[in-house]
Amino acid sequence: MPRIVVDVMPKPEILDPQGKAIVGALPRLGFTGFSSVRQGKRFELTVDGEVTDAILAQAREAAETLLSNPVIEDVVNVEVVEA
Amino acid sequence: MTELPLIGEAIAVAAEPRLAGAKIGVVTFPGTLDDRDAARAVRLAGGTAVPLWHADTALGDVDAVVIPGGFSYGDYLRAGAIARFAPLMAKIIDAANSDAKLPVLGICNGFQILTESHLLPGSMIKNDHLKFLCRDQVLRVENSNTAWTLDYEAGQEITVPLKNQDGQYIADEKTLDALEAEGRVAFRYVGFNPNGSRRDIAGISNAAGNVVGLMPHPEHATEVGFGPQSLDGIGGSDTDGLGFFTSVLNKIVGGAK
Repeated sequence: MPRIVVDVMPKPEILDPQGKAIVGALPRLGFTGFSSVRQGKRFELTVDGEVTDAILAQAREAAETLLSNPVIEDVVNVEVVEA
Repeated sequence: MTELPLIGEAIAVAAEPRLAGAKIGVVTFPGTLDDRDAARAVRLAGGTAVPLWHADTALGDVDAVVIPGGFSYGDYLRAGAIARFAPLMAKIIDAANSDAKLPVLGICNGFQILTESHLLPGSMIKNDHLKFLCRDQVLRVENSNTAWTLDYEAGQEITVPLKNQDGQYIADEKTLDALEAEGRVAFRYVGFNPNGSRRDIAGISNAAGNVVGLMPHPEHATEVGFGPQSLDGIGGSDTDGLGFFTSVLNKIVGGAK
């Protein structure tokens, strides 16, 4: 069944405390090549049947209203992934 | 209902009988923790607490609403994000925005729900130090003209418990400037910013002053023997939070200062 993938990231101007903690932990494990980490969220919406334009529009609306909070987050990607 | 003090001989407050007619709804979502404390605070202040369930589709005849703290829906997705779409929230949002301007207080997770509902601007993200923090917190009441702060003096410092993980209040600079200019910063942290909140903001109100949200917990400081004073004596009073509830009760019965 096809899935619609929605990626949400904290806005660039918002400090991402979790990303900051991760970037602090990386060098302790020997991963020294990374200067910053930002942590986002990936949602996978499974669709029964075909992904029509209407279904995709619903996914985009859900991404903006429920899956993300526009005050602190951006929806950076909405795409269809065939199973 | 008369509340008996759980310890000691001191009665927390001599509640005024005339306030008993005022009904304050206290909302319970799956995962709400502090609904019983909030209801008890309403009763200690002299009012009548009315339990409300998130799936209710009517508010009934309540005169005000408290959205208590906790972890509604396990804080899944974002704190308050799922609770915001509960059937009862639609009614609360309408009533808060109506001409009647239903007084609404959001405490901690309730504050998060109010920002997710767009009744209040901004949002909360994880504490800057990433840890859950529980402490007695000094706040300054910046605005004593909201429905929930009438019984305080502007500039008054109060001590109430604070306990949260996602307590860092953020908004863009324009919104913060507007909040300051309009006197809508209702409470500020004093002495120590426990979570990295912008401009030490602990709580805010909407433009009309009927909707107030804050991260600390006034409902946990309404009873002698169970408030901050009894823990570490940092200078607060055990009942510094009671004013939230007497403020709205007095306003409802028409006896505000």
